Amino acid sequence: MSLSGAWYLGLAAIVFTIGAIGLLVRRNVLIMFMCIELMLNAANLTFVTFARMLNDIGGQALVFFVLVVAAAEVVVGLGIVVTNFRRRATTVADDLDSLKG
Amino acid sequence: MAHSVLLLASTRPTWPDILVFAAAAAVILVGSLGVVTSRNPVHAALSLVMTLFGVAVLFIEQEADFLAAVQIIVYAGAIVVLFLFVIMFLGVDRDEDIIIEPLSGQRPLAVVLSVITLAGVLAMAATAHWVTGAHQVVGPIQGHVAGPHSPSGEPAQLGKQLFTTYLFAFEATAALLVIAVVGAVVLARRPPTVHVPSEDSEESEMPA
Repeated sequence: MSLSGAWYLGLAAIVFTIGAIGLLVRRNVLIMFMCIELMLNAANLTFVTFARMLNDIGGQALVFFVLVVAAAEVVVGLGIVVTNFRRRATTVADDLDSLKG
Repeated sequence: MAHSVLLLASTRPTWPDILVFAAAAAVILVGSLGVVTSRNPVHAALSLVMTLFGVAVLFIEQEADFLAAVQIIVYAGAIVVLFLFVIMFLGVDRDEDIIIEPLSGQRPLAVVLSVITLAGVLAMAATAHWVTGAHQVVGPIQGHVAGPHSPSGEPAQLGKQLFTTYLFAFEATAALLVIAVVGAVVLARRPPTVHVPSEDSEESEMPA
């Protein structure tokens, strides 16, 4: 059988941290979206690991819903990015400062 | 099945399992670091594909075969292609300068905060048990083998639960997808050209 779940959970925690660092550090909106996908994937890995550890299919069902939500989120998010690029010709989050007082 | 749980707890991992996990973990870590550090958005997207494949391998290793296939098809096949499409469509597929730090001290602070969070999660997990929940609340991963032709295994079990226990959530995802599609169409649609002078000047500013 595969390794104990703690290895998988530790790996998922590290991937989640890398995604969080990228989300905080990077300025390109597209790469920030990719970092969100990294964090979602780390959460999915955790769900699957817990499903195996508890022998409960519910964790895998939740991964299915996370996938659907991620797909919907990317579609709407990239639509916003494209619409915004038409107006301002930038994908850098720092340049979107119209509301700055 | 209580038998498989017993098997999980008692057997030690064999060396192919360790090898598969180590290789997949290396692929995942290199890929995720590539997403964060690559200067070109296209390279970041390809690193994301690498990470997704590694996660799919770990899904297979943990008996989630259906989810591994869905992971490849939906994530690598649809979401990353959508990312690449938008990158190419907007023409932002060139290197950016990530050496300069627009907000001084932001990067060390972000790393420190994230590492503190990671250490907190790991410390919490080390002092408590990873798993404290009840076993098999929704259903076992491997279905009951009733007859020679009855479906068993993880995809059948997952489908059964999706269409019984999670039926409402499943239908809600259908509504969510429709809303997302309508939203994307509304966002991407050009506003109808009204003959206003400011509208024309705005259009001439747009890049080709």
